[in-house]
Amino acid sequence: MSKDMKELPGTPVSGKELKSDKIITFEWRPNAKYAWSAGIAYGRYLDELKEGRIIGRRCSRCKRIIVPPRMFCEQCFVATDEWVYCKDTGTVNTFSLSYLDADANRIKEPILVAVIDIDGASPGVGILHLLGNVDPKKIDVGMKVKAVWKPPEEREGAVTDILYWEPMED
Amino acid sequence: MTVAIIGIGCTSFNSVTAEVSFKEQMFEAAVKAYADAGVNAREDIGSFLTAAEDYWEGYSIFDEFVPDQLGAVLRSVCTIGGDGLLALANGTMQIETGLFDVVAIEAHSKASDMLTFDGILTHALDPVYNRAFNVHPYFIAGLEMQRYLHETKTTREQCAAVVVKNKRNAMDNPLAAFPADMTVDEVINSTMVSHPLTQRDISPLADGMIVIVLASEKKAKELSDHPIWIKGLGWCSDTPWLEARDWGAAGYTNLARDRAYKRADIKNPRKEFDFAEVDDYFSYKELQHLEALQLCEPGKAGKLAEAGEFNRDGAFPVNVSGGRLGAGNLLEGSALQSVLECVYQLRGHAGKRQIKNAKTALAQSWRGVPTASGCVAVLSNEN
Amino acid sequence: MNIRKRVAVIGAGITLYRRRLKESGKELSFYAANMALESAGMSRNEIDSVVMGTAPDAFDGIHMKSENLLDGAGATQKPYTHVYVGGGTGVFAPIGGWWHIASGMHDTCLVVCEEKMSPCFPHPQTAFRSIWDPIISRPLNPNLVWIFALEMHRYMKVHGIPKEHIAQVAVKNKGNALDHPSAQLAAKITVDDVLNSEIMVYPVNRLDISPPSDGAAALILASEDVARKYTDAPVWLDGVGWSLDSAYWTNRDLYFPQYVAKAAKMAYKMAKINDPPQEVSFAEPYDPFTYKELHHMEGLLLAEKGQAPKLTVEGVTARDGDLPICPSGGLLGVGNPIAAAGLMKCCEAFWQLRDEAGKRQVPKAETGVCQAWGDLMQVGTVCVFKRDS
Repeated sequence: MSKDMKELPGTPVSGKELKSDKIITFEWRPNAKYAWSAGIAYGRYLDELKEGRIIGRRCSRCKRIIVPPRMFCEQCFVATDEWVYCKDTGTVNTFSLSYLDADANRIKEPILVAVIDIDGASPGVGILHLLGNVDPKKIDVGMKVKAVWKPPEEREGAVTDILYWEPMED
Repeated sequence: MTVAIIGIGCTSFNSVTAEVSFKEQMFEAAVKAYADAGVNAREDIGSFLTAAEDYWEGYSIFDEFVPDQLGAVLRSVCTIGGDGLLALANGTMQIETGLFDVVAIEAHSKASDMLTFDGILTHALDPVYNRAFNVHPYFIAGLEMQRYLHETKTTREQCAAVVVKNKRNAMDNPLAAFPADMTVDEVINSTMVSHPLTQRDISPLADGMIVIVLASEKKAKELSDHPIWIKGLGWCSDTPWLEARDWGAAGYTNLARDRAYKRADIKNPRKEFDFAEVDDYFSYKELQHLEALQLCEPGKAGKLAEAGEFNRDGAFPVNVSGGRLGAGNLLEGSALQSVLECVYQLRGHAGKRQIKNAKTALAQSWRGVPTASGCVAVLSNEN
Repeated sequence: MNIRKRVAVIGAGITLYRRRLKESGKELSFYAANMALESAGMSRNEIDSVVMGTAPDAFDGIHMKSENLLDGAGATQKPYTHVYVGGGTGVFAPIGGWWHIASGMHDTCLVVCEEKMSPCFPHPQTAFRSIWDPIISRPLNPNLVWIFALEMHRYMKVHGIPKEHIAQVAVKNKGNALDHPSAQLAAKITVDDVLNSEIMVYPVNRLDISPPSDGAAALILASEDVARKYTDAPVWLDGVGWSLDSAYWTNRDLYFPQYVAKAAKMAYKMAKINDPPQEVSFAEPYDPFTYKELHHMEGLLLAEKGQAPKLTVEGVTARDGDLPICPSGGLLGVGNPIAAAGLMKCCEAFWQLRDEAGKRQVPKAETGVCQAWGDLMQVGTVCVFKRDS
């Protein structure tokens, strides 16, 4: 705001007023539904999760093994060319404790969120997932963790086939 | 202007492509375009532009998911919330600043990922004024077509002739999703959607990805044996208000046309262009757009279409590719589909569809209902 | 590199920033655009082209919302482009305007950024559900704040940064915002207030976060020869840069924003800035979260890696310090109507470089840098503005 400008446009409204008759609103819920093609790379990734395995792709140019897998290497811009199984163990790269759910409602028990670098993939290659079966105060960056899978009959080919990752015993 | 198209790449256009993700399709189109241009994505391309809209994709902030498969990681990338031709116009401007020598443009459709296209299109209507009617948004095309037929005395049969022509043209386009040998009666008698607009007057959705590589004059001459020069560009938006529109004519095209023709020094469009690829989202739109582009007298496009003037072997071929009606409605990608066909033709690479001695072409776009936004580009194989 | 035409800023406008404003998106766009035109002494007829910056359609709840907004932005029957790079859009829209003019295609460009987050229910956060990869992330029911918390924690861990140092950013910016008439969350607070505010997503507390907001801002750009007809004090947009990193953010080290560094280097090169900390008089890095200001200072090469918190604690980044950062009050103080928040920073640079910033005025402001950021911690957009000399 320039010092030469005296009056600013805009009419503040409180949440209460918005719900009252004073403000006219038009409610609308969009009918927007999608079924995204998982494609070749994610398709195989999900198939393998159903089998209790984590799979990545190798780029023969830069030699990286990447998870989640993709059919192209974004660094070299060439097609990746080999499927590589990784381990279902890894290292906490960074973590957080979320007291908010997806709609920003407050929750009592925090969701334990982490980026987990996957063993068998290239260094620094991780996935977003959850931690569990651990005292939040004891989580730290660098902690070794292991995937806890759903029972085979309950898996559906989704990232949630892994329930969470728990600390590995020394 | 001093920018040329030096590379094109695309997937084929299909009504469903469930086996591959949009990223994998985009990668295919990009690899082809970069090879065609003879450029290395990671070393030679300065900037990347994607034409996209969040709700078409089902992602908020779609540009998040763009750089990897275009070779654009840690490069200058942006989304243009418009059609492919608007992205091309912005890419051209980027080169004209002197900042970049080579720029890549991407536009696409992955319409088959949408389960509720109609609901999503309805979500584009003004929330306060236009949604409450609970009418399918193609009512806008019905209103517009009605008014256009009324003002110009064009007939439904003449509109249907456009559908017949474009679907037949598509039979010789191996990329096209909806080639057909159809009759005027079949179009007229197909299911009524919003009178006078029938199901067959409407372009069917398809999936497809297109990447185009642009270069500065110097770079184009260095890299390409057959650069296609961008001689003129214009783009314009008319009022978004349905309540305040000129329903009979495509006003946005008039304004875009004036700018593009002025830049390209086009004085007699009908004589100076060898062919045109214009937007045919709905059958009548091709006619309306041809008139706005001054390729025929106002109100006469229907008659000429019926007489075969715009056929591939007619006096002035229009939508030889098949257009949206024949090649498929690629959403924001259709505008680049038009450019793609112009490039094939101007290079002499159009195979069975080839128009002899084609030198100068016109590509024109419209974003579809409920918008009043579109672009015009003049392309030539002569600098 | 020879840029065809030099580009000036000759006008700016802004609305109030609030959690909810009664005005529609069109109306907010109009108010900001109109104020910018008035400040430049121009009418809409003198505008050749319009660039709109606005973030996800899901906030306003309108598909292709830029089409709906265009009449409010003064774009009816004009060349109109909607440019978009998520949260980076606010500083990117002037870059879009820049190439409209620097290319020689247009002489003037009205740049408008609008955001109306309040229509989104149950909370604007809900719109962020769909920014995640639908296959590998959305099934985990993520909240947007997760990624920032993860990035913040990584940054803190790698450099051993105490939370108290980061909290100082909120104290500074909310304090600076007391002098900004648009401000939504201006306040005099202490580091303890930040540390004791409720934990949202550890290590992010409530006062570490900027609010959802409604608002709009606008700038007028013009080519050099045209700018001189309207003003004796143009501000030059002499450097632009933008860069987008991989979507696979869990495959990157989050401790340093490479994409910002890349964008900054591009912009500095164009603006012929060789030693940023010496040559930049003030900066408006993107601060939707406290740590982001610090992270971005480092990305902008205004501080060594891991050193930005120290500069903040020492007062270097205060408005009367050696390198004022976010003299406007930033997103933490003024508010965060996403795209409009980024453009607010560019408006601030314009006013600072014309000595029009009133109580917020930074002494000896010659060169200002504005930056925004967005997507999945992925995009950096940078503008370098210079005083006319």
